[in-house]
Amino acid sequence: MPSPDDIKSRIEAAIPGARAEVEDWTGGGDHFRATVVAEQFEGLNRIEQHRLVYDVFGAEIGGPIHALSLKTQVP
Amino acid sequence: MSEQTNPIRDAIAEAIADHQTILFMKGTPEQPACGFSARTVAALQALDAPFAAVDILPDPRIRQELSSISNWPTIPQLFHNGELVGGCDIVTEMYESGELADVLGAQQPEAAVPPAPEAQPVQAAPLGIENRLG
Repeated sequence: MPSPDDIKSRIEAAIPGARAEVEDWTGGGDHFRATVVAEQFEGLNRIEQHRLVYDVFGAEIGGPIHALSLKTQVP
Repeated sequence: MSEQTNPIRDAIAEAIADHQTILFMKGTPEQPACGFSARTVAALQALDAPFAAVDILPDPRIRQELSSISNWPTIPQLFHNGELVGGCDIVTEMYESGELADVLGAQQPEAAVPPAPEAQPVQAAPLGIENRLG
């Protein structure tokens, strides 16, 4: 199962210039909360912004990453 | 692309088209089975917004087909006028900003009460509750 740092690195690698803060929400290793700030979100609605982040993980969402709660922002 | 008929996918698409506001969730509004679904229901109920609800738990294929239609990986999923509004995070943000009331044509409560926290039981069912997929 990924760690908050894994998730943070993967988001920042996939969305160049993004800053992600990720925490393990329940301490159980599979419910995460992430705040992501990225210029790439400019002009996108919330659904599109969240999709950009979810797409990084593909089928892992709902699997090893049971939950990834997101807040996305433009810098 | 599969040539076979896909009755679950068709039923989901039909439900989204037939109900102005529809929430795909875990459990029911009376008994949500997960905190995210509970929070989403609570926001809709705080606005007194009528909605149909579908419990995705009885059949894993419901969630699969739903995600392939909506291109969204998590549950719950709220649709309005045939379009994905979002999951718990988005619906909660929109509730708090007043956008959800605008989108649904509902009345934002004057003292913006935050949606119920996870542990709280959910109130009486709003209008139009149906489980179309059985």
